[in-house]
Amino acid sequence: MSPEVVIIDSGICNLFNIRRAFENLGAKVVISCDRKQILGAPRVILPGVGAFGSGMKNLERLELVSTLRDYVSSGKPLFGICLGMQMLLSHSEEHGIWDGLGIIPGRVRRFREANDNTPSYKIPQIGWNTLEPTEKGWSGSLLDGITQPISVYFVHSYVVEPASRGVVLARTFYGQDDFCSVLANDNILACQFHPERSGPVGLKILENFLNLGN
Amino acid sequence: MDGHLRYKMNDSKKAPVRLIARLDVKGPNLIKGIQFDGHRVLGVPEYFAEIYYREGIDELIFQDTVASLYQRNGLHDIIQKTAEHAFIPITVAGGIRTIEDIRLCLKAGADKVAINTAAIPNPDFLRQAAEEFGSQCIVASLEVYRYADGRCEIWTDYGRQETGVNAFIWAKRVVELGVGEIMLTSINREGMGHGFDVDLIAQVASNVSVPVIAVGGAGNAQDLVRAYQEGKADAVAAASIFHYHYAKPINQLNMSFNEQRLRMGEQIDSGNIDFLKMGYGGNYAVPVRPVSIPEAKQAMRDGGISVRELHVA
Repeated sequence: MSPEVVIIDSGICNLFNIRRAFENLGAKVVISCDRKQILGAPRVILPGVGAFGSGMKNLERLELVSTLRDYVSSGKPLFGICLGMQMLLSHSEEHGIWDGLGIIPGRVRRFREANDNTPSYKIPQIGWNTLEPTEKGWSGSLLDGITQPISVYFVHSYVVEPASRGVVLARTFYGQDDFCSVLANDNILACQFHPERSGPVGLKILENFLNLGN
Repeated sequence: MDGHLRYKMNDSKKAPVRLIARLDVKGPNLIKGIQFDGHRVLGVPEYFAEIYYREGIDELIFQDTVASLYQRNGLHDIIQKTAEHAFIPITVAGGIRTIEDIRLCLKAGADKVAINTAAIPNPDFLRQAAEEFGSQCIVASLEVYRYADGRCEIWTDYGRQETGVNAFIWAKRVVELGVGEIMLTSINREGMGHGFDVDLIAQVASNVSVPVIAVGGAGNAQDLVRAYQEGKADAVAAASIFHYHYAKPINQLNMSFNEQRLRMGEQIDSGNIDFLKMGYGGNYAVPVRPVSIPEAKQAMRDGGISVRELHVA
């Protein structure tokens, strides 16, 4: 039987490519904002692009905040991607202070700006960058079976800073920042980059996610 | 992560520089011209795109060459077929005039759209588009003509229309309007194979806060290195050097199945097909030194540029 994945549709982002990537891996994809369907799912993706505030407003409008918290407490895997990763944190400093889902303690903040004493770099980071290992091993994780060097595709101006270093599965260097690009805390998984746009490596990460929760 | 854990920059740890293939499309065909003119049909765009993906290209740009002229956008089929197999960023350019046009491109599988012609009379379109879809989705396409007296001005309609708009002022303006990237094409250099206009690229790239994609002029792999090192481009794009490498002559014995597919050219009805009929080449001139994508990346590595490694798990 093909593995099933529910992709949360909060109306803010283009889900066609993430859907195609999972279908390419043979998964059955359900796109939904329905509480019952989400709570009944074996695994859930929380995607997202755009501003943090409007992303959270959409989750609230669709009553997905409590749904996602309830889903997480069931112990089944949740995978946040890009803004979907950032919204898992406690709060964000993007244009004011916004409450996040609070599933991972920590904050979301902007990249440090370049100045006269640093080499120049552009914000947003748009392009490929590498994943560096942390003390947390990759075996059995989202990054299982992936060997260095790894490049994946990023598009973002903000980064997550989890309160606990123990959840950082991979780091990425950009500008003056050394930031958490993949996090894993039991059933909560997230990445800042776009696996559906990261070629064969990205597909392998999505495949690893499908193998969780079996 | 800890604020004090500052990372020290060094070249070997810089983020990989994107190597992009640009595919100019007329009707159902991949074409290539010189200075946006004299189009030669090369084959089926989605087949080229699929091979480029497998060879390790980092991103694809599809340019509809007649969209603005004929007020149409015909790329959706090609994008959709490509997006089923190519899991890398795809940008669509040409004939994007409305918010609905953008929505349709995204629905077909594009990640970004690049806008030139529609923004000149109505700059606010860029702001509206960035607000609706986010800056990361909106690329300003600047097609720049350098006049004999040195003036650099924007042309629109795929190099058919002068505007009198100063390229450097416009570059700053589009960033203020909220675009996330600039795709900078030198019309003078386009298709010539004499190298990028590195002065133009450097002047734009060092004065804007968003990434600049250098387009127009790559004639060999070294030109890509120069666009980054001297032009300060954030990403480099090429067309002819890749197209002419992967479009192999029909009489080649070891042609793979995929290479044969490149040549099938169904529904070829637009553009000059002599090049195809002559078995890819014949006596026709190729203005560049063809390069494979792995060769291009090796040249970049040799030039000290970090590239995306195609390390398949």
